[in-house]
Amino acid sequence: MDKILRVDMGAEGGPKFRTEPVGEFAGLGGRAMTTAIISREVHPLCHPLGAENKLVIAPGSLSGTAAAMSGRISVGCKSPLTGGIKESNAGGQAAQVLARLGYAAIVLEGKPAGDDLYKIFINKDGVEISVDNSLKNLPNYPLIEKLRGQHSDRAAYMTIGTAGEMKLLAASIACTDPEKRPTRHCGRGGTGAVMGAKRVKAIILDDTGLKMRAPKDPEKFRDANRRFVEGLRKHPITGEGLPAYGTNVLTNVLNEAGGYPTNNFRTGRFENAAKISGEVQAELEVKRGGVATHGCHRGCVIQCSGIYHDKDGKYVTKQPEYETVWAHGGNCGIDDLDVIARLDFLDDNFGVDTMDTGAAVGVAMEAGLIPFGDGAGAIRLVEEIGKGTPLGRILGCGAAVTGKVFGVERVPVCKGQAMAAYDPRSVMGIGVTYATSTQGADHTAGYSVGPNILKSGGDLNPLKPEGQVEMSRNLQIATAAVDSTGMCLFIAFPLLDQPETFQALLDMIGAFHGIPLTGDDVTALGKSILKMERDFNTRAGFTKHDDRLPRFFLNEPIPPHNVTFQVKDEDLDKVFNW
Amino acid sequence: MRITVKLFATFRKGRFDAEVREVPPGTTVSNVVDELRLPGSIGILFVNSRHADLSRELSEGDTLSIFPLVGGG
Repeated sequence: MDKILRVDMGAEGGPKFRTEPVGEFAGLGGRAMTTAIISREVHPLCHPLGAENKLVIAPGSLSGTAAAMSGRISVGCKSPLTGGIKESNAGGQAAQVLARLGYAAIVLEGKPAGDDLYKIFINKDGVEISVDNSLKNLPNYPLIEKLRGQHSDRAAYMTIGTAGEMKLLAASIACTDPEKRPTRHCGRGGTGAVMGAKRVKAIILDDTGLKMRAPKDPEKFRDANRRFVEGLRKHPITGEGLPAYGTNVLTNVLNEAGGYPTNNFRTGRFENAAKISGEVQAELEVKRGGVATHGCHRGCVIQCSGIYHDKDGKYVTKQPEYETVWAHGGNCGIDDLDVIARLDFLDDNFGVDTMDTGAAVGVAMEAGLIPFGDGAGAIRLVEEIGKGTPLGRILGCGAAVTGKVFGVERVPVCKGQAMAAYDPRSVMGIGVTYATSTQGADHTAGYSVGPNILKSGGDLNPLKPEGQVEMSRNLQIATAAVDSTGMCLFIAFPLLDQPETFQALLDMIGAFHGIPLTGDDVTALGKSILKMERDFNTRAGFTKHDDRLPRFFLNEPIPPHNVTFQVKDEDLDKVFNW
Repeated sequence: MRITVKLFATFRKGRFDAEVREVPPGTTVSNVVDELRLPGSIGILFVNSRHADLSRELSEGDTLSIFPLVGGG
């Protein structure tokens, strides 16, 4: 990973590319790389869909190596959804393949004048950029089917569906899984709209003839990787719960805790939650001939995903994640896993974020377009996105836009981005992260649900404000660093609970680069990333008033605990004081 | 007295999802856990939707929810 590919999509006479040495960005991966390039090179006041914005795609610093769990790819830009800096990462095969091709980043710059649609092919022999208007208006599944016929079986694909072409604010970038399904998405913040604005429909990455990246100290690296994998396997979350039930194991937990946002954040408990729980989902998948344990990329030892079939045993979609099951399920009063799986497929196919889309449907229900619990109606609404009708375009721009258009007050967003499956009143730690994250409401940015609810990585009362600011701060710092390695964030459960597993990761990174790494180095990296992101957002016009929850979370108590969000504004302003 | 016990994830295997149980006054969460012979360590305990620990004494009508250590997100 010693080079950066820069593609000027707006060059005179058609897109031009150049390959540069990694230079000042050497050693950076994932979020550290995307944030460094965006914060230094993109004008913070630019229009996110204009030529001045850049789309940066970066594999993690350990991607493409033999390190387990290192398959996350980061995409960064100025977000059309939030107006601030964005890093959205996904699993799938792209990170490993791009890293083996030797690129620390791909930077898409400029914007073509016409309406031609392009694809970019990268293999060991170089880069080809070509016009392919036959791909226009293809959703992700038929798009991949068509492209697969033209490329080697080793290729990985990063694509936009119809939502990205329409530049909808919730548009995602799909990454293919090991079976070449477009199921792993950089979902958050509208990165797909930026790719669409640059008229790039597909990036095809083929590592045929290339080997894994070699560590500086292979013996130490192998030993550290072995200890790291042992740590993941022995921890109950990564070794048992996630493989058996997937992320949706959380439905029952959050529902029991009274922190499960139901019917657009009206209550914290959904009476039919059990019907859409991970326990029921896993049993149904196996019964129908699907799979309850599946990895989104090669080298994953947790295997939290699965394959969801319909009642006739036919493939519908990958196992919908907890956040998706919530957004399209309990958040909309829907208790039918088949409806939720269909919605997950539609989201992946059109290429939209499942969270912002589900939240938009919930807001539309609040507005009275369809009643809560109307599964068939929810499917009709999401199909509108694919058709590109005016209603579909509104919904495909997420919950914030939908709320404005339909005059809804209860809109669960921060900085324009929808919240996830945890109510910030009954899980106050996640409220701090939603409010203050540089990314808009983003549960992964500082997953205080661990210590608040799961009693992993600490123990804090979720119904009290005490200690939440410090917890969110520490998690936001650690997460920014993990997001730079290409490591799946789920390694954080064993990392926080088992010091020897954290040490194994440090040893592995150290052995790879041939430079020992300490916990302090990791903290310093996390802080430096957050500092760059905060600085970009400040220059883009954000103030402390943007680090707040919508007022209804302070004014409307949520059952069953009948609590409001109680962390004081002046304490939220201390999150980034370190 | 009567309490409701709910089990989740791996704890359900060979047991039950939810059951109303008759227990003597003074029963603690720990007593219920021991009686059920749950495998591995306990992750999360709720009594009436609030986190509780093993020493918590149960009252008539309580709902006790027991999870192994689980996570996701």
